[in-house]
Amino acid sequence: MQEESVINTHHEQVIYANILEKGMYLGLGCLVITFGLYVFGIIPSAIPLTEVSKYWSQDAHSYLTAINRDFLHLDHLLIGWTWTTLIGKGDFLNFISIVILAGLTIFCYLAIIPSLLKKKDTVYTLIVIVEVIILGLAASGILAVGGH
Amino acid sequence: MFDQDNSICANIRNSRFRGLWTTIALSLVLLCPAVVMATETVTATTAATPLAWWIWPVSLFIVTLCMGIVAVLGGIGGAVLFVPIVSGFFPFHLDFVRGAGLLVALSGALAAGPSLLRSDLANLRLAIPVALIASTSAIFGSMIGLAVPTNIIQTFLGITVLGIVALMFTAKKSELPEVPKADALSSALRIYGVYTEGSTGQTVNWKIHRTPIGLAIFIIIGFMAGMFGLGAGWANVPVLNLLMGAPLKISVGTSKFLLSITDTSAAWVYFNQGCIIPMIVVPSLIGIMLGSFIGVRILKKAKPAFIRWMVICLLAFAGLKALQKGLGI
Repeated sequence: MQEESVINTHHEQVIYANILEKGMYLGLGCLVITFGLYVFGIIPSAIPLTEVSKYWSQDAHSYLTAINRDFLHLDHLLIGWTWTTLIGKGDFLNFISIVILAGLTIFCYLAIIPSLLKKKDTVYTLIVIVEVIILGLAASGILAVGGH
Repeated sequence: MFDQDNSICANIRNSRFRGLWTTIALSLVLLCPAVVMATETVTATTAATPLAWWIWPVSLFIVTLCMGIVAVLGGIGGAVLFVPIVSGFFPFHLDFVRGAGLLVALSGALAAGPSLLRSDLANLRLAIPVALIASTSAIFGSMIGLAVPTNIIQTFLGITVLGIVALMFTAKKSELPEVPKADALSSALRIYGVYTEGSTGQTVNWKIHRTPIGLAIFIIIGFMAGMFGLGAGWANVPVLNLLMGAPLKISVGTSKFLLSITDTSAAWVYFNQGCIIPMIVVPSLIGIMLGSFIGVRILKKAKPAFIRWMVICLLAFAGLKALQKGLGI
């Protein structure tokens, strides 16, 4: 009984591991490429490279306010998914790779749900679904916090 | 006979002290470049030369490369070194350092995850319930961490890092903990497994106990991981191994894999609050990962006890620095 369960679990682990591996290589590869495009000035950045160091010692809220005032001139501060409007800029292009790396777990979890359902493993199916909802909520930006 | 014993004890004590002093010296030597670079860069930034911007990412890359090596040799995650050292010696605000720290821990876990899962050294059935609790509390930890004034977070970061140093001093490890009977919850969730011990070829059947209290502790661990951006391997392993009774290799492997889920949830909160600056994150990630690759190669020849002392000294120094910065001394 124990051996059988272990073998079944291993099958899910392999599914999870395969997606994790591909996504990890994709994310890290994109990270190196997009950073190269940004740092070598191939794609112009929204905040000039020479100016970034003037802002990074401020807290996040002050930093967002300052870069919006000095460079971005958007109606709202750059929180949540607002950065997608600046995807053509070298600095914000890097966010795509970060989103891939941070979002990978959600896809891995979604991929093992069919296997768990097939085994009628109700408890783990529910846990996995709840985890996907929680990570989805965190990723959505709905969970906002007050500044310092 | 007693004289001989005393003489042996004295020799051991002397050699221990020699080891300790050598460790302190080496830690300071390793840390010096970071401090020197930080000082030099401050001067360069003050002078406002047009090229000043690249000095920071380059120095960050060099420091994180060293951290990556030390982290592998010391058997700890990179983020636990990254956050206190970078927040202590670089001019970046703690918000950005914590955001980068979580991504450093996350990337390391993502890189290690596939092979750990395939070799059964990370157990998905053990990780899934633990991850649900830890990732949920990490979200709350990160939300509170971003709402509380920085000096308070920096002070608590210093206290936490010094606590980790104390934990490293005192915590024991058990290769194969004695688990007489699996508890009801772990039995219901069917958390058990088999792995092959590489050194002996022996097949090890394992199970766990004290699952409810273990899961409860992961609420605190997740919360702290989110609040300080530290990763949580330093706390995961003792709880999985010593409290819940998972074999050491399973505990280490599952802990590393767990970070890919726990830190994901907290990283999203930091990301959505604008705490990610690519110029800080990317050099750190590349530095830590390259350092880890080098560290793995050095690991075969390194002396574990010496490295452990070195990591403890580095962490103690970084913890005191965080405390000093937080208290504004």
